[in-house]
Amino acid sequence: MTQTKNQTLSNDEMAGLLKAIASDRSVDAFEAVFRFYSPRVRSFMAMKTGDRQIAEELMQETMVSVWNKAGQFDPERGNVSAWIFTIARNIRIDFYRRRRPAFDPQDPVFVNDDIPSAEMEFERVQDAALLRDAMATLPPDQLDVLKRAFFDDVSHSTIATDLGLPLGTVKSRIRLAFEKLRSALEGRR
Amino acid sequence: MNINHHLSDELLLDYASGNLSEGWSLVVATHMAMCPSCRRRLAAMEGAAGALLEKVDATDVPVDSWERMKQRLEGIRIEEVKQTPAAAPSGATVFPEPLRSYVGADLSTVKWQALGLGAYHLRIPTDDPTTQVRLLRIPAGKPVPEHTHVGRELTLVLAGSFRDGSDLFGRGDIEEADDDLLHTPKASPGEDCICLAVTEAPLKFSSWIVRLIQPILKI
Repeated sequence: MTQTKNQTLSNDEMAGLLKAIASDRSVDAFEAVFRFYSPRVRSFMAMKTGDRQIAEELMQETMVSVWNKAGQFDPERGNVSAWIFTIARNIRIDFYRRRRPAFDPQDPVFVNDDIPSAEMEFERVQDAALLRDAMATLPPDQLDVLKRAFFDDVSHSTIATDLGLPLGTVKSRIRLAFEKLRSALEGRR
Repeated sequence: MNINHHLSDELLLDYASGNLSEGWSLVVATHMAMCPSCRRRLAAMEGAAGALLEKVDATDVPVDSWERMKQRLEGIRIEEVKQTPAAAPSGATVFPEPLRSYVGADLSTVKWQALGLGAYHLRIPTDDPTTQVRLLRIPAGKPVPEHTHVGRELTLVLAGSFRDGSDLFGRGDIEEADDDLLHTPKASPGEDCICLAVTEAPLKFSSWIVRLIQPILKI
């Protein structure tokens, strides 16, 4: 299977590939997912670790996890890129031997969303096309702060120091960026 | 459940990006177990991260990367993941996951230590040396000793409620306080207020008597 590494498949196509991995253990489907995501995940890992070999290893761990957990991906609940980001993020956290307590939807005390799923905006908060469009409208300074937060894995005060800005400015850029993203996502209703 | 006090974008972003240490994450995630609206905001942030990931430049791709991946796959057997709901804990459960893994299922099993002034606490051990996490039990109608902070403090209500100025905080509500804020939270009458609190450093109690006993109590 040949796939140029920069070809962007639609989220539905990617979700279809994950389904084929889960149900048929399709190596071809996995190769397509791998060709698109692995260079990006490797770069993501290299940003924080600064080491190509470690980045390659953490990328491989991430993709093994994608292969193993493909059946857990729920297309009703989110998009493929967001799901793969969370896997990569968790593997990076493990690499640094940090703990990140998380909620458990199976927990009997867990409070479920009582908005009926048909009307729920939850599935829309990760609408891949809407998110891409909304991100494209963010001012460069806000986009830059988000990239630093997600990819460099540094605190907001470190971002402020790196950019030579007051912490309050970084925080307000974060708030403005997410206000804009949320209103773009909710605007679809 | 009616939650009126939510997580800030800054804190949620730290959690979404994986940059929040264990102590803060414990309180943030326990709030989200009770707060669908903050979970939707988290999902939107992870969606934004996904959209950014798609745009990352691919550099230095080793030529044999896929071959090595393929070899690895051959050694993997898929284990079926069984989603078994956790057994419902007995008794009056007030502690959702992830908190429950740290302190047990419910209030009746908590080994409280007296703080004086009718208040109790339980230190929650974590692997995170940068924070201090505690459960607090403030008697109904009584104030929490007034204090300022070194850095940030997060307080999540698990039972009862407290009032801070004009704001009322009930189960699920989270209060995020910054440096220099001198606040005087007071438990509402009728029920003891149980809170999960995380701070950056030991609290500086501003009342001299509490400050005097603080090193002894290690609070």
